[in-house]
This record gives sequence, structure tokens and C-alpha cells, in this order.
Amino acid sequence: MAIRAAGLSKSYRIAHRAAPVTRVTEAVAQRLRHPFRRGDYEDFTALSDVSFEIPWGEAVGIVGRNGAGKSTLLKLLTRITAPTAGRIELSGRMGSLLEVGTGFHPELTGRENIFLNGALLGMRRNEIRRRFDEIVDFSGVERFLDTPVKRYSSGMYVRLAFSVAAHLDTELLAIDEVLAVGDAEFQRKSLAKMRDVANDGRTVLYVSHQMQTVESLCTSAIFLQHGTLQLQGGVSDVIERYRGSYEEYAARETQARKGLSDDVPRILEVVPTSQTFSVDDDKLVDIRIGPTDDFIGTYFVSAHLTDANGNVVGQCDSRLVGRYLDADREQRLRLSIRHLWMKPGRYSIDVFVCASGILDSWEGSATFDILPSLPYPELTSPEATGHGAVLLDFDYEVHA
Amino acid sequence: MSKVVITPPGRLSLPHWQELWGAREVFLRFGQRDVLLRYRQTAVGVTWVILQPLVAAGIFSIIFGRIAGLSTDGVPYFLFSYISMLGWNLFSGVLNRAAPSLVANQALVSKVFFPRILVPASTILSVILDFVVALVLGVVLLVAFRVNPGIAALALPFWVLCTLCLSLGLGLAASAIMVRYRDVAYVLPWLVQIGLYATPVAYSLEAVPEQYRIFFDLNPMSWLLTGIRWSLLGTAPPPVWQLAGAVIVSAGALFAGLLVFQRFERSFADVI
Repeated sequence: MAIRAAGLSKSYRIAHRAAPVTRVTEAVAQRLRHPFRRGDYEDFTALSDVSFEIPWGEAVGIVGRNGAGKSTLLKLLTRITAPTAGRIELSGRMGSLLEVGTGFHPELTGRENIFLNGALLGMRRNEIRRRFDEIVDFSGVERFLDTPVKRYSSGMYVRLAFSVAAHLDTELLAIDEVLAVGDAEFQRKSLAKMRDVANDGRTVLYVSHQMQTVESLCTSAIFLQHGTLQLQGGVSDVIERYRGSYEEYAARETQARKGLSDDVPRILEVVPTSQTFSVDDDKLVDIRIGPTDDFIGTYFVSAHLTDANGNVVGQCDSRLVGRYLDADREQRLRLSIRHLWMKPGRYSIDVFVCASGILDSWEGSATFDILPSLPYPELTSPEATGHGAVLLDFDYEVHA
Repeated sequence: MSKVVITPPGRLSLPHWQELWGAREVFLRFGQRDVLLRYRQTAVGVTWVILQPLVAAGIFSIIFGRIAGLSTDGVPYFLFSYISMLGWNLFSGVLNRAAPSLVANQALVSKVFFPRILVPASTILSVILDFVVALVLGVVLLVAFRVNPGIAALALPFWVLCTLCLSLGLGLAASAIMVRYRDVAYVLPWLVQIGLYATPVAYSLEAVPEQYRIFFDLNPMSWLLTGIRWSLLGTAPPPVWQLAGAVIVSAGALFAGLLVFQRFERSFADVI
């Protein structure tokens, strides 16, 4: 077995005060006032009693909704944070690509950053030396090796960072959605690299929202929900279960909303004006937010548009259009999303009511479908629209 | 193939030495980064290292030597304060750079795993480099002023080591505590500033009135500075009890600093 986890749990302590204590004086004052109190803490369990075994040579996709514990699990496996209970056995070095480019320093040159970053990721000096040329080749920035990376374009920066990470020779590799970086050509290279790693008999863990990538890259998958492991098995079974959980969740949430108290402005209703829109329609959504007497002042609203795979397509924050709402009466809003060609498929809307923090949130408050007919003048094979998160209103002009 | 077992951390633990040794490359690269960053895009570069104690010594000579007329055990005042500043800068340099290092590198701490203790610990490399550069000029000054410390100079590495242990111990603890309580960032430079005047840096212990002497005798930095001056200027050696005290206090500070650091370390990524 490459990885064996048994009874793994992680809980965070959340302070029940308006602001956490970040000053020594406050901490001391508090201790003096209440010498015996342990503090108003609540344990938030991000992961509870997760056990699994992963054999060598597998590429395992870890999927689940936001907050299901995917990233926490990866952080535990890569030792960024320590478990509260349980035990992990890793039969080899674990390399991580949690976020490409952490550890890069803008003032250092490309060459210096390769060595610094390589060391941070756990490579030995000889290892970095041996693979130096390969790393540089892969990134395609050899001409700028002695230029500080702050002068790089963001594309070059990401490519260099990714190549360092991709040349890690660890037996285990953890990846958190970094393949979404760079241009199409570089993404293709990166995917191929990941496949090589798994084919070498090494083990890859891959956390992602992008089901296409999980499908094409992984040999098995794990589905997490509310911090517990729901299913470990074949990729297609797990993805089916994951998609199903989305609709289940929305239905349950609507039911649960009815019992909430009204000490903050509550989102009562989120209804698209139509269950279906065409790609190039303006998408209109009606939102109703209840009044409250306990909250004084104004709040704002933010709505996130999420596709069927959990990618956030866009955010509509009412501050950007100068809308602040009074809390003491009921508010009826119409959100209109204009000039966006959304890809055909099912979308859900997450709505947040915020003032200085989040007052109320409703993830998956409503769904609508975008019809499959395309607004382009010509029809062609599906691969012509296969890439990208949205469709673009574009044209080619040919100059003689 | 090495097997790694991850379990919840205990309340008190010492660092994993094998792991630290495995990550020595990180230690060196951090040190290299600090040095490179400090002198890149500065107009006079390494000169700053020499300029700083020189100017401080010059100002001290005027204020304490000329105006206040404090005693320096018969050593030329400028030389006396330059050498003292060397020792003091070693101490304050480690403390001032180690303490904010974790907070400054929070992106790393929350995203990549490596022994976190290397972040504050690696700051000693650039401080040692500064010390060596300034020491070279110090030796030039000794020759110019015709001061020969004799055989006592051999003890210098010992004093330097003690000073490093003491300041690193404090620096480790301060860096770990600062992750949770950011006001350490404001308090510490202020304490270091007070320490500069409360420690016989710009004057010798002889200049201290008898009734306050006890406070100076309890300050480990005053023992270490007396030792450094003995080794470089040939002034009176520190008494034996201070020698023993220096060893015990600096080793103790380093050990305590390690424990405090380890105690806080388990929650870094969650708090930062």
C-alpha cells in the first residue's frame, strides 16, 4: 500500500467572539477576568473518521462539494497541518503541488527560484542540479533565467513554477487543481506529465472540481461529503454519486430554510424568471430577502453562478453596482446577468447576504438550464466548443 | 524507501532532528535568499554592513565619550563602542530578523510542508555574514589603534556561539508567538532598543553606579559583551561565574525557545 489512513479526523476551534484575540494584552486581560474559563470555543469538524488505503500506481481523484473536506484531507496528507486524531502511513516521500508558485520570490531570478522552490518542495541539491535542464526546457523560459521573476509575464511565471513542481521525483504526489493554469498547450503538456507519473508506478492524489480532468486522469476516486468518506471506487461511479449529491442537497436546503430564525436578513426565495435560458439571453433571477429587526443598517448581496461541475463561473456582488439594502424591510431584487454566453448545461446559484461578514448564505438556492442551441452562425462538431468555461462572442476578420 | 507516519502531535516535543538534517538545503537557500535580497537593488550594497556600526560608534563616541564622559576601561572610545556594537548587533540582528520571519513567510507556511523552524533559524546566516564583514573592519581598527588582545582572541568563537544561542532561542519563541499575537511585532523592537541602553554597550560596567550594578550583573548580554571585549580589546576578563552563567543561560534559552516553538508550531497553518 502506498498510503494508509485510519480514523483520520481534523477539527478546528472557532472562537465564539465577535473578533478573535490577536493581542497579548487582550489575552492577558481576558485570562485575568475569567481565570477558570476555557473560552467560548466551538469545535468545527472538517474531517471525521476517514479511513482508506491507496495502492501503488493509482491516480486517485478526490471529489466533493465546497467544504466537504477535500483540501483538509490533502493538507493532512502533505503535513501542512496536523490531524486531531488518527494515523497516516505514507510509504515514501510526499510531494505537493498545492499551489503552484508558493515560495517563488519576485526579486530572485528564475535560476535562483528554481533552487529555492525545489528545496522547499523537498528536492535535494543534486536532484535539482540533475533535472535543472529538463525543468528549464519544460518551462520554455531559458532566455530569462537570469531575470528576476517579477519581470516575467504571468504565463511565464506559472510555467516555470509548474515545471519545478512537475519534476519532483517523489513517490507520492498531491495536486490541488493546478492543471487549470497556463494556456491550452501547456495544460496538455501538464496532463501528459501527470499521466507519466502515475504510469511510473507512483501514486497521485488529485483534488478537483473539474470532472472532465478527473475522468481523463484518474484511475479511481474518493467522494467526500460533510467531512466523511462516502464512497471509494471507480471514477464513473464516484462522479455519478457526486452529481447526484448536488440535487439532493438543494432539495434538503429548501426544506431546512423554513425553520430559520429571523435575527438576520434571510434569503427567502431565489427564482429564475425561467427554468431555461438560451445561451445569449439575459439571465434574470428574482431574489426575495426577509426583514429583520435585530440587524441595523444596510447589507449587500453577492450571487455566485456555479456550473454542474462546481466551477464558479462568475460572481455578482451588489457593491459593484452600488446597491446596499436596508435590513428593516423585505427586499425584492432582480438580478440580471447580461452579455454572457453561458455554455449549455445546468447551473446553480449560491446567494450570500453580507455586511461586515456573511449574515446568511444559501448555496444551491436555485438551478436553471442553458439550452443546447448555440448562437453561432454555423454548426460544426462538438469539439469546436469543447474548451473553455464560457462561450465567447467572437469573429475572425480576414485581411486581404 | 522511507516510511512516514503522521499522528497527532504531543503537547511538548523536540524537533525531529533527522527531518531537519534532510531539509538542510532549505536552510541554506533561505539564508542565501535573505542575503541576495538585502543587497540587490541597493546603491552601496555590502557597505551598509560596515557603515551601520561605524556611524553608531561615531555617535556613541560623541554622546557618551565626549559629552557624558563615561568610562571605557582606558580603551579609545571609538574602538570600544565599535567592538561592543559588533556583539550587540549580532544579538539584536538575530532577534529582529527571526521574530517576524514566520509571519512574513505565511504563504509558505500555509501551503508547503517543510520543518518550519528553518524559517526563523535560517536568519542567523545573514546575521553571521554581517558580523564577519564588520569584524574584518574591526580587526583593521585594532591594528590602526595598536590594540593587541593577545591569546584571549581565541575565545571569540565561544562568545559568538553563546550570543547566537541566546538570541536564536528568544527569536524562535518570538516568531512562534507572533503568529498568534501580532503585537509582538511592536513590542520587540522597542525592547531591543531599551536593551541597547540598559546593556553596557556604549559604556563599560565600571561607569555604572554601585546601587544599580545588580541589574547589570543579571543581564546575560552584559556578560557576553564583557567577554567579547576581553577577546578583542584585551580588557578585564569576565568573572568565572559569568562564564558558567553564559553557557547555562544561552543553552537554556535555546532549549526553551525550541520548546515554545514546537508548542505553537502544530497550529501555525490553522492560525496564520
